[in-house]
Amino acid sequence: MPNPVIEETGPPPAGALEVLSRDPSERKKFLKMVGRNVGGAAAASSFAVFLAACGSSKKSSTTSTPATPTSSGGGANAGDIKIVNYALTLEYLETEFYKKVIKSGLFSGPTQSLLQTIGAQEQMHLDALKHAVTTLGGTPVAKVVGKFPVNSAAQVAALAATVENLGASAYLGQAGAIVNLEILAAALSIHTVEARHAAILNTLNKLSITPDGAFAKPADMTTVLAAVKPFLP
Amino acid sequence: MADSTFAVPELAAVEVHGLTREAFLVRGTLAAVAVAGAGAAGPFVNRAFGASAPSASGDLGILNFALTLEYLESYFYNTVAKSAGLTGDAKSLAALIAGHEAAHVAGLTAAIKGAGGTPVTSPTFVFPASTKTQKGFLALASVLENTGVSAYNGQGPNLMSKAILGTAGSIVQVEARHAAAINYMIGLSPTPDGGFDKPLAKAAVLKAVTPLIKS
Repeated sequence: MPNPVIEETGPPPAGALEVLSRDPSERKKFLKMVGRNVGGAAAASSFAVFLAACGSSKKSSTTSTPATPTSSGGGANAGDIKIVNYALTLEYLETEFYKKVIKSGLFSGPTQSLLQTIGAQEQMHLDALKHAVTTLGGTPVAKVVGKFPVNSAAQVAALAATVENLGASAYLGQAGAIVNLEILAAALSIHTVEARHAAILNTLNKLSITPDGAFAKPADMTTVLAAVKPFLP
Repeated sequence: MADSTFAVPELAAVEVHGLTREAFLVRGTLAAVAVAGAGAAGPFVNRAFGASAPSASGDLGILNFALTLEYLESYFYNTVAKSAGLTGDAKSLAALIAGHEAAHVAGLTAAIKGAGGTPVTSPTFVFPASTKTQKGFLALASVLENTGVSAYNGQGPNLMSKAILGTAGSIVQVEARHAAAINYMIGLSPTPDGGFDKPLAKAAVLKAVTPLIKS
């Protein structure tokens, strides 16, 4: 399995992710650093690249301008559609990751069954969000399969913890921007499940269950997309 | 309709104001935007039933409700825990959580004052004798944390202020982490509601914690 490819933000040394995911302060530093590097126009264009990579069915072929997955419609719901499609993308990444992990044969017993449970819940989130995009009048983003390295149990456990903590921050970061109250309620309900996953995976990695302390920190879309970029196809 | 609406059929059983969500849908009252998979309908529907619209005073009421729950949790981990005979991982987990709950009390108190309100004072509490043992303490801890998650999730959509929603979200994520860790420690599922945490209405939360409130 090749190492994750990073195009713009500079490749971290091999194993950097394990370090990042083992050490919450390292991860925070990393996220901050990434957040700084990807500002303004760079953020907009990396978002467009991200969407292209997701196989968005958007008709326009320009990827050099800022785009949203829902620019083709949605009207008053456009903002929510964009957020739900963003969440859907993250859930695709998680779901496909766990599918790969579960098939890998790296785990057995209670850990395997925990991973199966988490994977099944990510699939439920995915299904619900996909449905929500449609009900809002948007077009769900296409399935995206990430390039997550699945080579050893320790690597997978660390990566899973990173992904879940990032996911929890991502949902928290969007709560205030959601307009539709049903979507908000659904997002809150998913948010705390991702937090539960994160806590248990942190425990497996001997990390604090609450890496941010008493108040969890949100992450904005730019930060999250920059963090997952290395794993995009 | 119910079948096509629910990507996750188990959610059809989520209770909304005493009705199952399914019954609700059958009555055709739910708004056109039905999110598959949301234990979510709860808060929205609360409002549809005529609960007051979001307002600054409503936000203060919700914050004071949350503060009361945090007083309860803080007392539980900071005081009751001392007589629970905790050892090992349970002791260190309770100590970690104790600090968080005290910080939540302080954070909510500041938020209420910041919004021009008056923070409620702490009730006095009474805990069952079962909490004198580690097993009993952890069992109640699980109930309190999971109820706390449901309580915050139930109130989120009722908040008017985005800033307060952000604060509440940042606290509920930590409560969910506590809930998962305690459940895991005592052999319960870290995700007792499955893929979607169920929100609880204020009345249901109060009903659950009333036995612990002395005055």
